[in-house]
Amino acid sequence: MKYEFTEDDLQEIEKIKAKYPEVKAATLPALWVAQNRFGHVNSDVQKLVAETLELPEAHVHGVATFYTQYYKEEKGKFVLDVCTCLSCQLCGGYDVLERAEEKLGIKAGETTDDGMFTLNEVECLGACGYAPMLQITNDKYVNNLTPEKIESLIEDLKAGKTPEYEQIEMPLRKVK
Amino acid sequence: MSTVDWKNYEPVLIPNIKDIHKIDVYRKNGGYEALKSVLTDKKKWADQKSVIEEVKSANIRGRGGAGFNAGLKWSFMPPADGGPRYLACNGDESEPGTFKDRKIFEYNPHVFIEGALIAAYAMEITSIYVYIRGEYKAYIQMMEKAIQDAYDAGMIGKNIFGSDFSVDFYVHSGAGAYICGEETSMLESLEGKRGYPRVKPPFPAQKGLWGRPTTINNIETLSHVTSVINRGADWFKSIGAENHPGPILYGISGHVNRPGVYELPSGVPVFDLINDVAQGMRNGKKLKAVIPGGSSTPVVRADQLDGVTMDSDSLREVGTMLGTAGMVVMDEDTDMVDMLWRITHFYHHESCGQCTPCREGTGWLEKVMLKIKNGEGEIKDLDLLLDITTQMEGRTICALADAAAWPVRHTITRFRDEFEARCKKSVHAVA
Repeated sequence: MKYEFTEDDLQEIEKIKAKYPEVKAATLPALWVAQNRFGHVNSDVQKLVAETLELPEAHVHGVATFYTQYYKEEKGKFVLDVCTCLSCQLCGGYDVLERAEEKLGIKAGETTDDGMFTLNEVECLGACGYAPMLQITNDKYVNNLTPEKIESLIEDLKAGKTPEYEQIEMPLRKVK
Repeated sequence: MSTVDWKNYEPVLIPNIKDIHKIDVYRKNGGYEALKSVLTDKKKWADQKSVIEEVKSANIRGRGGAGFNAGLKWSFMPPADGGPRYLACNGDESEPGTFKDRKIFEYNPHVFIEGALIAAYAMEITSIYVYIRGEYKAYIQMMEKAIQDAYDAGMIGKNIFGSDFSVDFYVHSGAGAYICGEETSMLESLEGKRGYPRVKPPFPAQKGLWGRPTTINNIETLSHVTSVINRGADWFKSIGAENHPGPILYGISGHVNRPGVYELPSGVPVFDLINDVAQGMRNGKKLKAVIPGGSSTPVVRADQLDGVTMDSDSLREVGTMLGTAGMVVMDEDTDMVDMLWRITHFYHHESCGQCTPCREGTGWLEKVMLKIKNGEGEIKDLDLLLDITTQMEGRTICALADAAAWPVRHTITRFRDEFEARCKKSVHAVA
C-alpha cells in the first residue's frame, strides 16, 4: 500500500516545524499526524515521515520504536490499553484484564480475528485515583472499572457506542 | 511540633471558582495580575533578579519529586547573551501513583501558564515548551486551547503588557515513555529523539535544548510561582511544613474510600490524609502500608506511621521521601510480593536501555521477583535482590536505576517475613 499525506497533513506538519528551531524536533508530532491519518506508523509510514521531514529513515524508525504509543503495525479498530500498574494492580486491574481476555477470546498483546479489538496490558497512565482503568486507542480514559463494567464497555464499542470524556472532580473542591 | 491546620485551608492553586479554567473568568479573579506586576511595576520588581530572589526565598521545592528549590534552580541560568533560552515545563507525569498535574491542565491552566510566563521573564527565556505525556490527549487539547486564548489576550507573544518582554509558548506531546519525565530525557524527546537521558555536566542551565541555556520545572511548581508573586514568599512559607512549605496537590490512590487529588498544605499527617481526607480504608480493612510519593519512594509499614507528616523531614525519619506526593495506600490483604513484582516489571519495561546496570539490573530484579512470586524463590534470592540493588544505585546516567532499586531494597527489608514465607526452604548440598 502506498501511503501519502493529504494537503492538510502537510500544512499541519509545516506548522509543527515552525514551533522548533530544528526540523528534527518535528519527528514526534509528525509521527502523531501520520498515525492519526493511517492508524499506525509501520515501516512504510515511517519512511513517508522521514521523506517529508527530510530526515534519515533510521532516525524516524529509532524514534517510532522507542515510544509505546506509536503502533508499529496495524491494530484493531479499538485498542484497549488496560493499566495493571501499582494502583490499578491493587484495585483489581488484573481481574479486569482477565475478564477482557475471556470476553474477547484473546490474550493481552493480541488482536481479535475480526480486527475489532486489540488488547494490551500497559504501564501507569496517570489515573491512579480512578483505578483500575483503561485507555481506548490513545484517546478516552475509562475509569473505575470492574469486570462487569469492561464487559459492557466491549459490548458498547461493538455497537458503535464510544465513551465520552469523563470529568472527575477533586473531592474537596466546592465550586462557588 | 505544631499541627498543620489543613481543615480550614482555602485552595489557591485550584480555587473554588466556577469556570476558572476560562481565561475571562481567570482574569476577573485577579488572573495575570502577577505577570503584569513583574513586567510593569518597577517599584516593586526592580529587575528580573528581584523576581528570582522572591521565588528563591519562598522555597518552592520542586513538586515533580526531587524537591529542589525552584528559585535556586533559576539562579543557575547564565547571563543572557542575546541568543535563545528555553523553559521546558514537565507535564510528563508518569510516576506510578501520580496524577495531579492533569488537574491543573483541566481546572486552572492559566495559573500554570502565568507562572511559566513569570519564570520566563525572570530568566530571560525566549521560548516555553510544555511537555505533556501523550496519553493525556484530553489535557493536551485543553492546554492548546488555553495557550491560544492567552495569545489572543496578549498574555503571550510580543511586548506583553507593553513591556519589552516577548515569549512564545508551545505544547509538545510525548508518546509513551516514563523515562521522558527525567529532565534531560525530556529535552531529547523535545528535540525529536529517543528519550535517552544526558550525561551531566553540562547541566541544562548551561547546555539544554539545542545546546542553549534551559530550565526544567514541574507543572505544579510553576503554578505555585503565580501565588508567590501575588501573595509574597512569606505567605507561601507560612503554609504547611517549614521544611517543605506551601500547598501541595496530594494524589491519593489505592485502598481508600475516597481516592482523588486534594489541594492541602504540606505537612498533613499521613493518618489524617487516609482517615479524614480520603475517608478511611475501603471495606473497613486495616492499613498495612503506604507509598508516600510515587512508586520509587520507599514503602512504609503502618506501624511506622504514627505522627508522620507529609513533608521531607518527617518522611526522612521513617526512611522515605515526599516525592510527587502521590500516595498509594495498601490494606491488610495486600500481597507485598505481588506488589513489588509489579513495580519491578514497571521499571524493567521503562528502562531506556542506555546504561548496563539499569538495563540488566531492572531485568534481573523482575526475573528474580517473578521467581519468588511464583513460589520458586529461595531465601538466598532475597539477598541476591539486595545485592543487585547495590550494583545499580548511583551507577547510571539518570536516577531510574535508583528509582527501581529503592522499592526492592525497602519493601524486602520492611516486609522480610512475608518474602521469606513465599520462598522455598533452601536445601543446599554441601560440597
